[in-house]
Amino acid sequence: MHLLKSSIHRFNTFLVAKSKLLPPTSHSTRSSHNYAESFYATDDNEYDLFIETARKFVLDEVVPKAGHYDETGEYPWELVRKAHELGLMNTDTPEEYGGLELPLPTKARLYEEFGYGCTGLGTSLMVNELAQIPLRLAGSTYLRDKYIRKMTESPILASYAVTEANAGSDLANLKTRAELRMGHFVLNGSKVWITNGGIADWFFVLARTDFQMNAPRSTAFSGFIVDASTAGITVGKKEQNMGQRCSDTRTIHFDNVIVPLENVVGEPGDGFKLAMRSFDRTRPIVAAMACGLSRRALDAATTYATQRKTFGRPLTDHQGISFKLANMAMNLELSRLAMTKAATIVEENGKDAAYFSSIAKCFAADTAVRAASDAIQVFGGNGFNKEYPVEKLLRDAKLLQIYGGTSEIQKLVVSRRLVARYV
Amino acid sequence: MKVLVGVKRVVDYAVKVRVRPDKKGVITDNVQHSMNPFDEIALEEAVKLKEAKKAKEIVAVSFGPAKAQETLRTALAKGADKAIHIEVDAKTAEKLEPFHVAKALAKIAKDDNYDAVFVGKQAIDDDANQTGQLIAGFLNWPQATFASKVEVDGKALKVTREIDGGLDTVKVNLPAVLSADLRLNEPRYATLPNIMKAKKKPLEKKTPKDLGIDLTSQTEVLEVSEPPARTGGEFVEDVNALLAKLREKGAIP
Repeated sequence: MHLLKSSIHRFNTFLVAKSKLLPPTSHSTRSSHNYAESFYATDDNEYDLFIETARKFVLDEVVPKAGHYDETGEYPWELVRKAHELGLMNTDTPEEYGGLELPLPTKARLYEEFGYGCTGLGTSLMVNELAQIPLRLAGSTYLRDKYIRKMTESPILASYAVTEANAGSDLANLKTRAELRMGHFVLNGSKVWITNGGIADWFFVLARTDFQMNAPRSTAFSGFIVDASTAGITVGKKEQNMGQRCSDTRTIHFDNVIVPLENVVGEPGDGFKLAMRSFDRTRPIVAAMACGLSRRALDAATTYATQRKTFGRPLTDHQGISFKLANMAMNLELSRLAMTKAATIVEENGKDAAYFSSIAKCFAADTAVRAASDAIQVFGGNGFNKEYPVEKLLRDAKLLQIYGGTSEIQKLVVSRRLVARYV
Repeated sequence: MKVLVGVKRVVDYAVKVRVRPDKKGVITDNVQHSMNPFDEIALEEAVKLKEAKKAKEIVAVSFGPAKAQETLRTALAKGADKAIHIEVDAKTAEKLEPFHVAKALAKIAKDDNYDAVFVGKQAIDDDANQTGQLIAGFLNWPQATFASKVEVDGKALKVTREIDGGLDTVKVNLPAVLSADLRLNEPRYATLPNIMKAKKKPLEKKTPKDLGIDLTSQTEVLEVSEPPARTGGEFVEDVNALLAKLREKGAIP
């Protein structure tokens, strides 16, 4: 341990203690700039300026504080408020509600920057926007006006209450019921792993509305917008998770919660389709955050490897190390390309949207976990230690393979669509 | 008050610059560029004056190659009302000197009746620290350089300057030239909504010919080379040994 401590001192010029994970202006964090941005740009005029603001925000505000929020598990309100102030939240919200209506590829690129800083924060912002998607797809003018407009006016968050203890991948197995009684719906059930659960202003809730045996899932569920302040809603404790620890995740109980008729999103029975279409739009975003995390792992590991010496030479002179970095770089480039393609096709409502967004999400998430693990390996003993930034990356990356549709589900989506072309 | 703000596109401050093989400059291809940090500060000060209703119009100007337009768009996104791009080709841009830039900015300031010209104290690529002073000279206007605080005082500016000895406060009658130093303010972010609004702001193009600027070089770069590589230090036994070593190296008499 003593040897480890002395090597820590040797590297404290660029690896600063606990709460500052990497100096915001270090060469490493700027060097990942040169990724042929124009190849990915959708609109030359503003794209680079948007990314510049996001990058500056992440480097100057998020990176120095991410370690602190990871340790305490506190929700990073100051970062969320700042992001809101800069126009980095609700970026694809329609202009009529005060949003910028940015195309998905541009928005995804912003999320790559968030992922670089802290995927915990990124997840919270992403779910906030996920909750609005069903409203944008099928919400009435009344609902859109009431629930979307206020998101751009102040830094409040929404939540997406769909998953249950026995209904994650097998979503159709969900048991939360919405029964029509006396001119309104009454909601009963529990939702788990709900991001932003403890801080949300409102929830999008998926519940069963058709109780007949063998009711097809395409018509058995409905989506509702429920104000968090409604009587009968109990919010569980903040979950202690392995990673993305600043994100507020909870169980939500609905006990005879009254939901007015006008709060149904679309028609009753549309819920399942809405939920699935919403995921199409977020899979490229998760892929983008995974790219950001991979890039962070690559930056940290490469900087370290150029400075740390063993056997009289920098680590990068040893191919065992440099080849790991090359693999990380290759997978990052591929993830980015897949992510950009998926985002573009989803934005254009292409018919293969699900196929490409599943490929992007699965590949980017799986390679991000590997990149984080390899980065720890490059750092050696230091990588295993909380004073260095990489162990957090592995703990955070794991969730990318699980939420938004597990890697296994993504493979199911891809394989089914693939096989359908051959049959 | 109508303020002209000079902004320059330079190699980003965090980039590790490398000398070109021909030793006539540094490598700028495929290297991250951004607005000169001191110019950002100058622009921020002008925008703050507008927000305090002490200035009416802020116009950003840049004398440089096509890509200088990106810097001007950033300036528009950060609060400038209008932008002027004095465009030259890349080769000519490389040879531009503070003398030429100052001539151009002075001409615009005079012709279009500006009340003040704000620039950064120096550009981080050439560290010339001349442009502001030259503009004042050409226009015969007073100058307040290395500004760390600015207040409007009727038809004058009260400026606190950072100098070697400490702080120097001067009062300059408008029209005047100001050069911004590091601690003058903290530049704002370009928010995404403002970036979108900037699209609609006017960007005017001019050529050196339009302004009657002669681009003959006044200086010639003979050589650009890297500083000598840092050699290791050594430990010494005690203070006497330290003093002996320092004398040996000529560091102390």
